[in-house]
Amino acid sequence: MWTPILVAATGCYALKLAGLSVPQRVLDGVRVQRVAALLPVALLAALISTQTFGEGLDARAAGLAAAVAALLLRAPFLVVVAAAAATTALLRLLV
Amino acid sequence: MRPIVRDALGIGAATGAYGLSFGALASAAGLTLPQTCALSLLMFTGASQFAFIGLIGGGVAAAVATALLLGGRNALYGLRLAPYLRPRWLAAQFVIDESAAMAVRDTPAETRLGFWSTGLAVFAFWNAATLLGAVGGQLLSDPRALGLDAAAPAAFLALLAPRLREREMQRVAGIAAVAALISVRFVPAGTPVLVAAVVTMAAVLVPRETPGDAASGEATRGETASGEAASARGGAVSARGGAAPARGGAAPARGVAASARGGA
Repeated sequence: MWTPILVAATGCYALKLAGLSVPQRVLDGVRVQRVAALLPVALLAALISTQTFGEGLDARAAGLAAAVAALLLRAPFLVVVAAAAATTALLRLLV
Repeated sequence: MRPIVRDALGIGAATGAYGLSFGALASAAGLTLPQTCALSLLMFTGASQFAFIGLIGGGVAAAVATALLLGGRNALYGLRLAPYLRPRWLAAQFVIDESAAMAVRDTPAETRLGFWSTGLAVFAFWNAATLLGAVGGQLLSDPRALGLDAAAPAAFLALLAPRLREREMQRVAGIAAVAALISVRFVPAGTPVLVAAVVTMAAVLVPRETPGDAASGEATRGETASGEAASARGGAVSARGGAAPARGGAAPARGVAASARGGA
């Protein structure tokens, strides 16, 4: 487990340092900027769908629904996460 | 206390909430206490860390690759900050969403103060909270009984939500979510996320290779930036929107600061 941790951490640091070090024009294209804006959205959406529905429909779906409701009510981050966990746990306890 | 430093501490406290969740989830994912703390100390970029611990069970390569892809935006923040920050090797570690957003200032001195005070405040709170969360997480015997496997996607959703004001972002998120879910059946564990990212980028970018689109892309980005900054709440990753609008002046960063405190 330590090797991937150190590799990924070093890579993330290198990316930060690269931004401070490379000439402006290298990453200044419209296309690069667009990918930078869209990629995190795509990755996060993919993570949500696979981790919620990747093993079929189960109590996690209800947890995600609770998270959506909490977000719509403008709840803070911890409340959103806690609502999802509590809903899922409760459903597993009852069913 | 100077307003910039006060706002920086507010944002730091707000990210503590994310740090608590991260520590607990990392423990639930099977990382030891030192490993969890090492991620927050060394990687120190929230979305990458959440993705890493979420995917590490499925495969090492996908976890590392996704963490790096998510960390790529820090390089773009660095481009704008480069003229102001020395020494680079030290400043680099603190280039994150929040510090980049708070460094959108009118003068170089305030840019530096915004960056360093926010970067250091977030670093302190994030790592302390990670430790607390990890210690708490170690005490749990069965993470599933507490619904912690649903907590991770909920955390991702909270990070994603502030970016979904725009139709294009909603389209991207929808394509990626469906593509990932379809590919789960066909590719090794962990890689559906990467497949989805590639498919989505191809779907969204390729049809737009006409000269007139450079201008519309520019306009879209401007909207994204101000829209996200205005609606940012809860701090941490939603502060990312504030980092993009170099041309937007200091107002978006202040908005982020104020709403981040509200979220804490």
